[in-house]
Order: sequence, then structure tokens, then C-alpha cells
Amino acid sequence: MEAHKGVWVFLEARNGALRDVSVQLIGEARRIADKRGTDLTGILPGWKVEPLARHAIECGCDRVILVEDARLEFYTSRPYTKVLATLRWRHNPEVILFGASKNGRDLGGRLHAAIDTGLAADCVRFDVTEEGFLDMIRPAFGGKSLAHIHCEKHRPQMASARWNVFPMPRRDPARSGEVVRETVPLEDADFDTKIVDFKPTESRETRKIDDARVLVSGGFGLGDPKNFVLLDELATLLGGAVSSSRKPVDLGWVPKALQVGQTGKTVRPDLYIAVGISGAVQHLAGMQESAKIVAVNSDPKAAIFEIADYGIVGDLFQVLPEMIRQLKAFRAQAQAAPPPEAAPPGRRDGA
Amino acid sequence: MTAPGEKRGPRIAVCIKQVPKAQELQVDPVTKTLKRVGVPSEINPPDQNALETALALREKHGGEIVVLSMGPTSFDESLERAIAMGADRAYLISDRNLGGSDTVPTALTLTRAVEKVGDVDLVLCGEETTDASTGHVGPGIAGHMGIPQITYCSAVSLVDGRVRGVRMIEDGAETWEAPMPCVVTVDFGCNKPRQPTLTGKIRVKRGGLVTHWSAADLGLEPSQIGLKGSPTIVAKVDTVQLPSRQGKIFEEEPTIAVSLLLDALRKDKVIP
Ligand SMILES: Cc1cc2nc3c(=O)[nH]c(=O)nc-3n(C[C@H](O)[C@H](O)[C@H](O)COP(=O)(O)OP(=O)(O)OC[C@H]3O[C@@H](n4cnc5c(N)ncnc54)[C@H](O)[C@@H]3O)c2cc1C
Ligand SMILES: Nc1ncnc2c1ncn2[C@@H]1O[C@H](COP(=O)(O)O)[C@@H](O)[C@H]1O
Repeated sequence: MEAHKGVWVFLEARNGALRDVSVQLIGEARRIADKRGTDLTGILPGWKVEPLARHAIECGCDRVILVEDARLEFYTSRPYTKVLATLRWRHNPEVILFGASKNGRDLGGRLHAAIDTGLAADCVRFDVTEEGFLDMIRPAFGGKSLAHIHCEKHRPQMASARWNVFPMPRRDPARSGEVVRETVPLEDADFDTKIVDFKPTESRETRKIDDARVLVSGGFGLGDPKNFVLLDELATLLGGAVSSSRKPVDLGWVPKALQVGQTGKTVRPDLYIAVGISGAVQHLAGMQESAKIVAVNSDPKAAIFEIADYGIVGDLFQVLPEMIRQLKAFRAQAQAAPPPEAAPPGRRDGA
Repeated sequence: MTAPGEKRGPRIAVCIKQVPKAQELQVDPVTKTLKRVGVPSEINPPDQNALETALALREKHGGEIVVLSMGPTSFDESLERAIAMGADRAYLISDRNLGGSDTVPTALTLTRAVEKVGDVDLVLCGEETTDASTGHVGPGIAGHMGIPQITYCSAVSLVDGRVRGVRMIEDGAETWEAPMPCVVTVDFGCNKPRQPTLTGKIRVKRGGLVTHWSAADLGLEPSQIGLKGSPTIVAKVDTVQLPSRQGKIFEEEPTIAVSLLLDALRKDKVIP
């Protein structure tokens, strides 16, 4: 076990950029590598991805191993697993971390069986134990508790990390690191799985949900994709963004990237307004750490009320337009009447 | 595997797990483990979608559906339900030595079961379970078997002897195509699982369709399974301290309720 050294993070390239979840993970992996007194290596398979290696170094990697092959341009399971497995046997890392994107989970799940080691899914925190093991901390039982997973006898210790739980590391253009090109023997037989079609989700602004301070989130209660305009309007008034529970995503009403929850994103805005969302445990798993939670639901028994700071029991088609109306009215009033500070001195009380 | 030109349809293995109903999940305040006793269970919801996918494929292409599960004998209830829904037969791998298995031995055990069933063209799993929620077992089976995998599918079809799956990923829908045998994991909510039928229930009553296998039946050594065969351990479990909430519910008519809500939010300084 002594021979196993170094922390690795799998760098997922998509559309000429590193996935946010990979970048977020670099920051956390850096912290773990420092705690272990070892270095941090990014593993970057792909095609024409060298500029991304630089990005990873500026965010905290000491080294990036680049495996370039035109056939690796798009992620498929078998060749990517082969790349990671080959590098694992070549270099004996002690830790490999993955972002828990769909592809990251697909890869980790296949790899851990292929190289016979443990894999903790969807971690939200990492630490190093006194014995030097990686403490992999993940929500369990619908987020009601946190389990500490250890992998003592197998190497590498592997885990995936949830999207949006680690902050984006600051990019430091002065940081230096090395880019190492390596080859992995890939055969045509490794590419037996083909991507025959890709339909990007429509162009709704999806990235905003990651850092919005206010989220207006819609559920099945919206009844129709058209009704999301109500949420758009409310979100705009509050300077926030729109997100969704899973049902509208499954029904194709809104893009997957807007989904909050166990199989979607984790969000922690200052204000989360859940509209027509029942509050299933899988939904709560993604939003229960929001600073303030408001629920609008016609069913007084809906579970979402149990974790809400404020709730309105009522029909969203009455409540939302009313909220929009009152917010606009308040704003119009605030603009018409000059704020007290602006009033000329000596005339405060109309004197 | 089906040889080209051969007439029989695909043999599909569906891996299902019995889980406590999600709404009923309660953590025992003393032991900090999941309360399982007395909690109603169900087939893991995405596995129901996987089974429905298999049933639809059989309607179209013929073939056979074999259901596999690893767990205690109480799981028979779910296997019987799967047969009542239309599966042809089911196997439960049940063994005290399997207790405490993480995803590595679970995937290994299911792999051995798939191999023992023999000639399986397609292995269907759910995207993840509601109790462990790793999503690693399906890719783990593919990894152990060295066969292709298509995960997070919202639609699965067979085209010219290849599997086609539409994967719902963060930025869109990718269609993957792979040769068989292949592992496919199916998204929760992508179809409407059918109800058990009367004829299905009668087939269950007649018996003989659920077979139990031990670990030894699959050629598994005790060192490969259970706690011993699991690379990971749960070192400890903390209860989550969620922020305490005011829980103020306004039941007034909308104009008043909204105005009370907005006042409260302004007072809390979360809206201007
Ligand atoms: C493995 C797995 C993973 C999952 N992952 C996620 C996840 O990541 N995120 C997620 O959100 N879910 C997830 N789910 C699904 C989850 O279990 C629920 O099915 C889902 O969250 C329900 O969505 P909803 O609340 O929008 O719909 P519903 O449960 O149907 O609730 C709709 C709500 O709208 C209310 N309503 C209806 N009409 C009105 C009206 N006119 N005015 C006001 N209120 C109204 C109803 O009272 C109801 O409470 C997952 C499930 C599984 C099995
Ligand atoms: N004990 C089990 N028996 C049968 N299938 C299982 C078992 N555990 C997991 N699976 C399958 O693997 C999928 C993913 O499970 P998990 O990795 O636990 O999230 C499930 O949806 C099932 O299809």
C-alpha cells in the first residue's frame, strides 16, 4: 500500500470546456492532496483538449496527464474505463475522484468493478482520517443523515462528488504545473458503443441556477410547460432564476440542467420558492440547505410545508399572479415616492 | 447470444431490489440506521421502469424476461409481484454471507447470476436505488462482464440486433447504440409500470417460478462477498442538523396571504 501515492481527479471535457463539477472538484482535491502531503494530478482523456489542461493547472492541479485520441472526443464507457484502468496500474494513485455527472457516475461505476476497489457515490464532503484514509462523506437515507465511507484495504480510494457542493476554485494564471502526454493502447473493439444522435436541450438559460441567490422552482403542479412563464416573471422580479423538480424534466417541459434534487443539482440559495412541488425526499435532498424556503401548494398536507419557513396553501394560478402584481406595485410605489434618505432636509414630516 | 437469423427473441435479465417506500424512510434516533422493520416496501421505483421496459420489448420482439435479485427472503414478495406483472421467472440470491455487501460484491453476485441463467442478451437495471442511491451496480455488472453499458436511459429499443438507448444527461439527450449482450440502466419515470394482472397472479399462485440460489450455487467464495468482499465500510453515520424553520403557513385568501408573505420576506431581508 506504501507504493500508492498521489490524488487524482478525473477531468471531464465537454464541448471544449471542463465540466463545472470537475473544476469544483479540483479545489476540493487540492485541499485533500495538501492534507496528505502529496500532489494532485488531473486525468484528461479527450481530443484537442490541451488548453483545458492549462485551466486545470491554474485551478490547482500540479500535473495533468493528457490522453488524446480522436475517438475519445465524446465520452463512452469502455474506452474511458480502459484509459483510467491502464493509468491506475501504471501509476498506483492512492485516491481518484470523479464529478458525479451522469458520465462521471457511469465511468466510476464501471471502473471500480474492473479494478476491484471501492467507490463512494455523490459525496458532499471529504476529509482525511488520523490513519490517513480518505473520509468520504455522503448523504444517506434521503439526506436525513451523513455516512462516512472508508476504503481501507483496497487502492485507489475512489469517490464521486456532487455538483455544486464545492465552490469554484479561483483561477490563478501564475500557477505552474506540467502537462504529460501518455498513450493507452485502444483498439477498435473498445469503441463498440456509438453515439448516433445528440439533441441538446433548448436554449433556456440553465447555468444561472448554480449561483442564483433566489430560485423559483416549479413542479408538476404547474400542469403545463407554458405555465413556467409565471415562474420566469417572478424570478426576474426577484433577480433570480428558475429551477424545477424532476417531474417537469421527465415530461420534457424543462431541461435536465434545471433539475434540483438527488439526481439533479444541489442548490443553496438565500431564497427557494417551491411552487407546485410536493416535497419528495429526493427533491428535498437537493434544496433543504437553502437559507429560506417558501412553499406554494394547494395541498395543506404536502410534505414541502414541513421544511418551509413560509408557506401559502392555495392555487398557484391565483397566488403567483398576485405575488407578481404586489411585487410590481411595491416597486412602482418605491420608485414614485423618493426614499426617505433622498428627501430634502427639514421636510421629513411634511413640515 | 442470439445468432444472426435465429428466431428466438432476446433473453432479458432485469435486476430489481426491494426497498422501503421512500416516503416512509425514517432513521432510528438511537441506532442511526434505517428503520426497516414495519416499513412497507416496494420494488425500487426505477427498477419498475426497467421491468416495464423489458415487458414492452418482449411484446415487440418476443423472448423471455428473467428477474434477478439479491437480498433476504422477504424480497420474494417483490419477485412475485414482478412475475404477476408479466416476468417469466425469477431468481433470488439469498445467503447470510451476502449481508453487508457494497456495490462490488453486489455487482459480482448479480454478474454470476446473469451468467448462470445463461444466454442473456440484455441486462436491465434501474438508474439507482432509493435506499443506497449509488447507481454503481449496473455499470459494475457491465465492468465485471466486460460488456457495453448504456446508463440513464429514458427510451430503449432494439434495432438490427443492437441496443439503442436514449440517455438523458445534463445538457441534452444522447442516443447510444451498442451490440448485445449489454447492460442498460433505465431512468425513473420514463414509462408507466403496468399493474399485476389476474393471470399473472394465478401464475404466482401455482408456484415454482421463483428459485433461490445461495452464494455457493454461483461459485462465490465467502471472502468475495458480504462485508469481507466489500472494499468500503460505513465508518460512522451522523444525523444531519437541518436549520430549524419557522414553518409559518398562510391559509388566508391569496391577496392577504401574499401580502403577509412578502412582508415577512422583507423583514427577513431576503427580498428588497
Ligand atoms: C431514484 C429517484 C431519483 C429521483 N430524483 C429526483 C430529483 O433529483 N429531484 C426531484 O425533484 N425528484 C426526484 N425524484 C422524484 C420524486 O420522488 C418525486 O416524484 C418528484 O419530486 C415529484 O415532483 P413534483 O413535486 O413536481 O410532483 P408531484 O409530486 O406530482 O407534486 C405536485 C404538487 O403540486 C401541487 N399542485 C397541483 N396543482 C396545484 C395548483 N394549482 N396550485 C398549487 N399546487 C398545486 C400538488 O398538491 C402536489 O403537491 C426521484 C425519484 C427517484 C425514484
Ligand atoms: N440487491 C440487488 N438486487 C438486484 N438488483 C440490484 C440490487 N442492488 C442494486 N440493484 C440494481 O442496480 C441498480 C442500481 O442500484 P444502486 O447502485 O444501489 O443505486 C438498481 O436500480 C437495481 O436495478
